[in-house]
Amino acid sequence: MLTVEKVKKSFDGFVAVNGVSFRVHQGEICSIIGPNGAGKTTLFNLITGHLPADEGKLTFKGMDITHLRPYQICRLGMGRSFQRTNIFPRLTVFQNIQAAVLAHRGKSFNFYQPVESFFQEETQVLLKMVGLQDYAETISGSLSYGFQKQLELGISLASEPELLLLDEPTAGMSAQETHHTIELIGRITREKGLTLLFTEHDMEVVFSISERIMVLHQGRLIAEGSPEEVRNNPDVKKVYLGEGR
Amino acid sequence: MHLPDPSFLLIQCLSGLTFAMFLFLIASGLSLIFGILRVLNFAHGSLYMLGAYLTYFFVSRFVDTPGQFWWAAIFGSLSVALLGGVIERFFLRQLYIREELNQLLFTYALVLLISDFAKIVWGTGQLSVSRPPLLKGAVPILDQYFPEYNIFIILLGPGIALLFWFVLHRTRWGRFIRAAALDREMLGSLGVNVNRLFTVVFTIGAWLAGLGGALVSPTAAIVPGMDVEIIINAFIVVVIGGLGSFWGTLLGSLVLGQVISFGILVLPRLSMVFIYILMAAVLILRPWGLLGKPLQR
Amino acid sequence: MSKENWFLIVIIMLLALLPLSESRFYIFLGTDILIMGLFAVSLNLLLGYTGLVSFGQAAYFGVGAYTCTLLMKKASIAFPLAFIGAAIFGAIIAFIIGFFCIRLTKIYFAMLTLAFSQIIWAIVFKWNSLTGGDNGIIGIPFPQHLDSPTRFYYFTLVIVVCSFYILRKAMDSPFGRMLTTIRENPERTEFIGINVKLFQLFAFMLSGFFAAIAGALFGIFNHSIFPDLLFWPQSAEVLIMAILGGMYSFFGPLVGAAVMLYLRMLVTSYTQYWPLIMGSILALLLFFFPGGIVGFLKSQRIFARGNR
Repeated sequence: MLTVEKVKKSFDGFVAVNGVSFRVHQGEICSIIGPNGAGKTTLFNLITGHLPADEGKLTFKGMDITHLRPYQICRLGMGRSFQRTNIFPRLTVFQNIQAAVLAHRGKSFNFYQPVESFFQEETQVLLKMVGLQDYAETISGSLSYGFQKQLELGISLASEPELLLLDEPTAGMSAQETHHTIELIGRITREKGLTLLFTEHDMEVVFSISERIMVLHQGRLIAEGSPEEVRNNPDVKKVYLGEGR
Repeated sequence: MHLPDPSFLLIQCLSGLTFAMFLFLIASGLSLIFGILRVLNFAHGSLYMLGAYLTYFFVSRFVDTPGQFWWAAIFGSLSVALLGGVIERFFLRQLYIREELNQLLFTYALVLLISDFAKIVWGTGQLSVSRPPLLKGAVPILDQYFPEYNIFIILLGPGIALLFWFVLHRTRWGRFIRAAALDREMLGSLGVNVNRLFTVVFTIGAWLAGLGGALVSPTAAIVPGMDVEIIINAFIVVVIGGLGSFWGTLLGSLVLGQVISFGILVLPRLSMVFIYILMAAVLILRPWGLLGKPLQR
Repeated sequence: MSKENWFLIVIIMLLALLPLSESRFYIFLGTDILIMGLFAVSLNLLLGYTGLVSFGQAAYFGVGAYTCTLLMKKASIAFPLAFIGAAIFGAIIAFIIGFFCIRLTKIYFAMLTLAFSQIIWAIVFKWNSLTGGDNGIIGIPFPQHLDSPTRFYYFTLVIVVCSFYILRKAMDSPFGRMLTTIRENPERTEFIGINVKLFQLFAFMLSGFFAAIAGALFGIFNHSIFPDLLFWPQSAEVLIMAILGGMYSFFGPLVGAAVMLYLRMLVTSYTQYWPLIMGSILALLLFFFPGGIVGFLKSQRIFARGNR
């Protein structure tokens, strides 16, 4: 589904992503791990078009997306959540998700009908899917961090993506919230047959649900394989020595 | 159009340089405040104007004192500095947690307040201050004359620039200021009192503006409207040079100084439009100015 | 019909009955408020709805005023056509300027809007033969069939109410909602599949179109126009009106315009120091009433509505 070929990105001489190549197949649950500064978020930004790659090629569902803008890539069927919670703070929870549905269903250029009437049912369905149906009328900026992350997931799902990129979905969460979030993500992925690619720091999360893990270090892919293989990989152990995880 | 004689050209060039130095004084303060506080201080021109008015005030207080003008200029610029510090500490600081627009609008409110305050105290007529006796004369250049005072200004500009370079690169506070321009939060977590740093920076910026006004008072009319006139030029300078870049401000001042000086002669009708086109062109083609850092996404 | 719509209808009826008061003063003030209210609401399309802070809206206002006036005076075009021409030209200028400005963000965006606005001001100021330069254009008469303050007031009322109707519908529509999401989080909006730049450009053009309409009306109303209309303090003034009234509500800027113009009329009859008062009000607003007048009233639950 997603092919990353020899992608490279530098900032002012500093090489953030150095010739990374990998494939993600349909229906897979993959994760990318690596110490801080390894280039994970940069890699995500390259895949979703938020940053232009210096070198390399990106292919999604057989189409070359290397030079496409983020909104075009999104429309092709990719969804993403961001590292820092990205919602629409002054809108209600309902309006947040409804906006995403509106955009996805191509009604965003409608000038003359009141927005309230659009896609009520579809939005409710999504709200229920992420467990926020009781908070529909709450101003999203006032939600707790965990709920905001759930809302963000809901926004991503509104675009009916086939590939979902999650950038540190459980960052800053307590153990209980993490468990809850992972369970939610797992359930949705299975129900909708999504392909999932995520980055994480929490190793428990990574090893519990990933089918395949890729390890990034200083912009390079140093290991790739099943959780068992990666766990026993000497290079990986060296990189994580002293991480204390 | 016949070729103008060289001495005339030279005088125009020197006039442009003088004007550039005044621009530099004001623009460097503006750039400093923007670089560190991320506030575009609309009231910077007003502080400049206050510097001029206060110098006039002190000159009339220091009648018959040796060095009358110099004392007045010192007191005038320091008063503006003090005012700047008070404004930042008690008012502007309250708005940091809000969106940037609020800070911008507050500085605009200051423009309105200071402008009318000056009118109330000093009226709407033109005021002037005489040149200090030391620099009353004119120097012959080729076959024209050029005021000694202006030469002093031309030499003072780079002097101030060097002073600043020294402070920024060789003193402790200077290092903090440069660090704050790069990463405020980091600096705070290193134990530096960022709030106090901001007040200091704003005060220095205000002092520079006040100094500019104080020094311009013998050469130009002190009149309401000088605040609006200078602030737009200062904006153009920092855009051309690069918001937050010190050397860029100097470069931008030199460029604009000459453009305005010669523009008025060569193409008076187009020169006014041209400087704004220049500003727009820089923002479109190279928003970070000639010497600024490229913008990050 | 909702409570709010009833309230609006009452206001419109009151406005329609205003000329019956036979007071030249109120007709004059009323026309002024309607025109500046439209200008302020048009600016708020960008500021409050899309989150774009433009320092150069006076450009479109001035372009509208000068285009309409010049078409009538120099090209002898009838008012209706000149009026429409002015609005369209305003939208075109907004398109050109917007095209360059939306590539920048925040302070650079604001600076570029200011730069373009100053370019247009400088052109108008210096092009003596066309625009009369510093002397402006005076002696602009009321158009045929609208040749009294009362008639022109009604014309303005109709135009402004129609404009508000169109804009209100647009802002309450999915298009308007997309603008709000852009304001809240442009990065996120991009990744729900929206071409953010396109929407911003469209908002820019819409804003310029209606600002130009306001400008064209102003030229006739004032019977004279000067380059001042394009100078940056004019942009600042309308910005303050929008914030005074409340930038997160549709009619906030209209309220702001009304309050500001009324206050100005009051203050200037006593003293020439209106900027001092305006500056103080602005400072008070910023420190104590960040939501503007409407924001304040809403927080007191006087006009409680769902948020937008």
